[in-house]
Amino acid sequence: MDIPRHWRLKKQRYALVGEVCGHCEAKVFPPRDICPECGEEAKTLYQFSGKGEVYSYTTVYEAPAGFEESAPYTIAMVKLAEGPLVTAQLTDLETREVKVGMPVEMVTRKLRNATDERGMLVYGYKFRPVVG
Amino acid sequence: MHEVIIAGIGQTEVGEHWDISLRELAFYALEAARNDAGGLRPQALYVGNMLSAALSHQSHLATLLADFAGLQGIEAITVEAAGASGGAALRQGYLAVASGAVDVALVLGVEKMSEQTVFNVEAAAATGLDVDYEAEHGLTLTAQAALLMQRYLHEFSPTAGAFAGFPVTAHANGAGNKYAMFQKAIKPETYLRAGFVSEPLNMFDVAPNADGAAALVLTRPDLLPADFGHVPVRIIGSAVATDTLALHDRPDPLVFHAARLSIERACAQAGIKPEDVNLFELYDAFSVYAALTLEAAGLAGRGEGWKWAENGALSLQGKLPISTMGGLKARGNPGGATGVYQALEATQQLRGQAGPNQIPEASLALVQCLGGPASTAVSHVLTNRPAA
Ligand SMILES: [Zn+2]
Repeated sequence: MDIPRHWRLKKQRYALVGEVCGHCEAKVFPPRDICPECGEEAKTLYQFSGKGEVYSYTTVYEAPAGFEESAPYTIAMVKLAEGPLVTAQLTDLETREVKVGMPVEMVTRKLRNATDERGMLVYGYKFRPVVG
Repeated sequence: MHEVIIAGIGQTEVGEHWDISLRELAFYALEAARNDAGGLRPQALYVGNMLSAALSHQSHLATLLADFAGLQGIEAITVEAAGASGGAALRQGYLAVASGAVDVALVLGVEKMSEQTVFNVEAAAATGLDVDYEAEHGLTLTAQAALLMQRYLHEFSPTAGAFAGFPVTAHANGAGNKYAMFQKAIKPETYLRAGFVSEPLNMFDVAPNADGAAALVLTRPDLLPADFGHVPVRIIGSAVATDTLALHDRPDPLVFHAARLSIERACAQAGIKPEDVNLFELYDAFSVYAALTLEAAGLAGRGEGWKWAENGALSLQGKLPISTMGGLKARGNPGGATGVYQALEATQQLRGQAGPNQIPEASLALVQCLGGPASTAVSHVLTNRPAA
């Protein structure tokens, strides 16, 4: 199910590729083609560093369909070093307590399970604590 | 533009209606509203619904519901704007009558949540988020509200239990509404002891999803029946505004910009200010939404909306009554029907039909529903004051 949709998103999901505005230099993720800063066209691809910090976070115990196996999981808004906020799960936390402002970096993990027999596993970005 | 009157109101109880189908639920509300309006013949039906395709596998809903109500032949359209669907349907009905294109419009909100497990309902409701960049990462509406509340606590450090006043007010008011899902008051201590749904959001910060249907009949004053037995309630302000769909795309996620825009536009049309109203039916799907809405309305400064929840300021006897018939928290949150319930309850107040919850001499009401975290916001201003 939804194979073309997930395929189209592979640059974003696996490599955090967004855009840079040719007019005001704003970095844009997710890509949206119209720069949110200056309203001009932004179509130049831009590879984000994957570094950022936790802007907010919470834990999901009662997961929606497709995420049962992951529950409980921690989901966050991450402020990327280049500016944008992104919504993603936190991973590799072990016993670490999450805090607003905690430095994190992007990794690729399984996002969710197939919801039916024709379904597919979806992989993409999560963020883990920066160690050391 | 013509004057628009709410001529009829009808609702079902909000809750889990295992024995009533989607179409029957809608029909009960439509019949009640038409009877209340005294025999006006509708020419159009605008249905607010958000999840019938996902939860009941039924789309093309407005045609089904017009058909089932014996109204084959009329104009019928479904309006979807997530949690704001009901308000968006009211907006369409208002525009149709105000423009003169339609003499009598039915506005219906209906939602059937109990067909599916809570997990499927959460997943379906999450399709109203940015699916590619929010829902596919495991975000739900509830988790998103928790992210907002966590950040709110981080930035503004309100007192412990700062949000308790919102559900306490809602439940106190639900006790006086026989259509409400919860009709029992709760104590602030109950809130403080409640288990977390998603920290820092506890079970009393989250309105329960439920089944329900509510309907309004809209028409022009000159078309009211000669024996019309109610105080005529007029819609004097109506506005829809949008923000980024995804919360993470906003420069400041703690600002409900669309909520502000829609209130400003509706109040400007009505020639009033938000502080003039006698009641505010706001969208308390989550306590933090209520605080952010009061800030968006300009009734509180940034980070200070929670202070309204102290000292009973929002109660029926307070300075600004909200959720006067229980709000989403105690009346229940029937998805796309919610915005219609809110307008119906404001109409009860303005007609003097709110029973034990009646606000004395209420004459001006602000009503707002939200799709997601104010990604869509729909505001209406209602009054019982005669046209100038
Ligand atoms: Zn730009």
